[in-house]
Amino acid sequence: MNAQALLSVENAAVDLPTARGNLRAVDSVDLTLAPGKTLGIVGESGCGKTMLSRAILQLLPKKAKLSGRVMFDGQDLTRLSPDALRKLRARSLAVVFQDPMTSLNPVLTIGTQLTETLQEHLELDTATATKRAVELLVAVGIPAPEQRLTQYPHQLSGGMRQRVAIAIALSCEPKLLIADEPTTALDVTIQAQILDLLAREQRRRHMAMIIITHDLGVVAGRTDEVAVMYAGRVVECAPTPVLFKNMHMPYTEALLAAIPKLDTPPHTALPAISGRPPDPTRPMKGCSFAPRCRYADGRCQGEKPRLERAATAAHQYACFHPIKLAAGAGA
Amino acid sequence: MMQQAATSPLLSVDNLVVEYVVGNKTVHAVSGVSFEIARGETLGLVGESGCGKSTLGRAVLQLRRAVSGHVRFDGEDLTAMQGESLRKIRRRVQLIFQDPIASLNPRRRIGDIIAEPLIIAGVKDAREREERVANVLNAVGLDPALVMGRLPHEFSGGQCQRICIARALVLNPDFIICDEPVSALDVSIRAQILNLLEEMKARFGLTLLFIAHDLAVVKAVSDRVAVMYLGRLCEVGPSEQLFARPAHPYTALLIEAIPVPDPDQRPAESVPVGEPPSPIAPPSGCRFRTRCPRADQRCRDEMPELQPVRPGQYAACHHPLTD
Repeated sequence: MNAQALLSVENAAVDLPTARGNLRAVDSVDLTLAPGKTLGIVGESGCGKTMLSRAILQLLPKKAKLSGRVMFDGQDLTRLSPDALRKLRARSLAVVFQDPMTSLNPVLTIGTQLTETLQEHLELDTATATKRAVELLVAVGIPAPEQRLTQYPHQLSGGMRQRVAIAIALSCEPKLLIADEPTTALDVTIQAQILDLLAREQRRRHMAMIIITHDLGVVAGRTDEVAVMYAGRVVECAPTPVLFKNMHMPYTEALLAAIPKLDTPPHTALPAISGRPPDPTRPMKGCSFAPRCRYADGRCQGEKPRLERAATAAHQYACFHPIKLAAGAGA
Repeated sequence: MMQQAATSPLLSVDNLVVEYVVGNKTVHAVSGVSFEIARGETLGLVGESGCGKSTLGRAVLQLRRAVSGHVRFDGEDLTAMQGESLRKIRRRVQLIFQDPIASLNPRRRIGDIIAEPLIIAGVKDAREREERVANVLNAVGLDPALVMGRLPHEFSGGQCQRICIARALVLNPDFIICDEPVSALDVSIRAQILNLLEEMKARFGLTLLFIAHDLAVVKAVSDRVAVMYLGRLCEVGPSEQLFARPAHPYTALLIEAIPVPDPDQRPAESVPVGEPPSPIAPPSGCRFRTRCPRADQRCRDEMPELQPVRPGQYAACHHPLTD
């Protein structure tokens, strides 16, 4: 799609066989990400955001079927051998998961886990690897790093563990870091610190980053672009400031309105979204958001809206009754 | 003490201390907390994980016994009660938990789950029980005919939380402790449940203690807010005032750390204030001093008590943010 794109996902779909029938977790998703840029993928649980990130990483469950292409750094990841993928994931494509306790090995010291990666993939000798490990721990803001190297994950707090997981992810200077709900398990004061750390390292290393989250607040100040997902599809995608000010998709509007905000007085009724997301094993003919949407009509029930371009090419939305379109840049 | 209400408060907690023994160490979970909740009021209790807010909620219900201090509910001292008298008063005090799916027995039908409190309370007439169950299910927006015969796994998280709220309401309680009732729910469902709690509060004349870590969620439903840090209250005040003009540096830090869904408010680079110390060995003096930009020798030596800073607003700080 874009010659300069570091990552481009083309018409990706993920199917998962379940006892209740086929579950289409990701449906016709197109995304591009330029080097050094940050993309936020936002959606509620079950919207397919994590499956999409697994599809990019080629870490889908065994039974899952992926169709479409995932172009990364000039290669189609769907065609790479497991060995080539392993090398690529270690060096250029890193990931940080939500729960650092499950991504770190509980029976190995922090030092072993850090130097293992460095020795295996960068072929450093033990002394150099240890030196690098200490540098990495300093970079992610861990005090007394030499001492930490000898500790086990359970001896660290949740915030510290996530810092270690980030240090491991950064250890081989990846071109793309995927952070899947990196702060959901953490407290709010620690969350701010971890998000700042990710942003700082991203700028310093000129690394591209995808932040996957359910929290619009997390992506607002910290991403270049945002893709909103609902029921497996990207329903709106735009540069971050445009999305928040001039959203066209009713779901984006409703999601933003439903968040309690600090500047509204207490006891104000929240504009809730009625109902709940559709069952992903029962594909819908029309727009998946139609049953919950206040703008929906007969056309929305019968026909699936495609992603349309708004005033700027970078802004796309999938809706027959886009909001704020008249107000938006004369479009 | 904190608020001179015309009538006596429904709940008053006085210098409550709760400790856990883990191995040969003592966890100071709640260390001398006092507050009152007026009839019909919602008090929000915020704090980060491990600050003791859930323990405090349980100690109010006597699910965890206090080492010292008193909990008075409608004039009666719960800390002095045991057995039957405590069971009787518990009918008037209910609890809603964070994980709605885990708090429902997966093998029992919804109708039976909600009727259980009635059986325990001695409502012998099966028809009366059924009627009351149907009433509360209607109140929380579920159709009794469709719901009563089904099992918890057939419902989503949001619906399970509605069922938990129905179960809490079935005995017509006066007071409900909500412990992180929406933090396991998605944004779109969260708003529905918060609205429902507000509606139920008005309809059944409830008084609430609303425990959560999310300040915006707490503000949305609370008349007053108490901020807790490492077992102590730092600040108490009317919600609007507390969030507009925090007096305790910890409250200010919490407010600043919230990610705001507005790209124009570029988050200020967070202050590297480290992490909370362990409640096994809390710092001397003010417990927040190890992370506080304003801390000095006095904060190290002397534990600050809640002091009035503005009408209705109290802060436990030697150097409050006043103007």
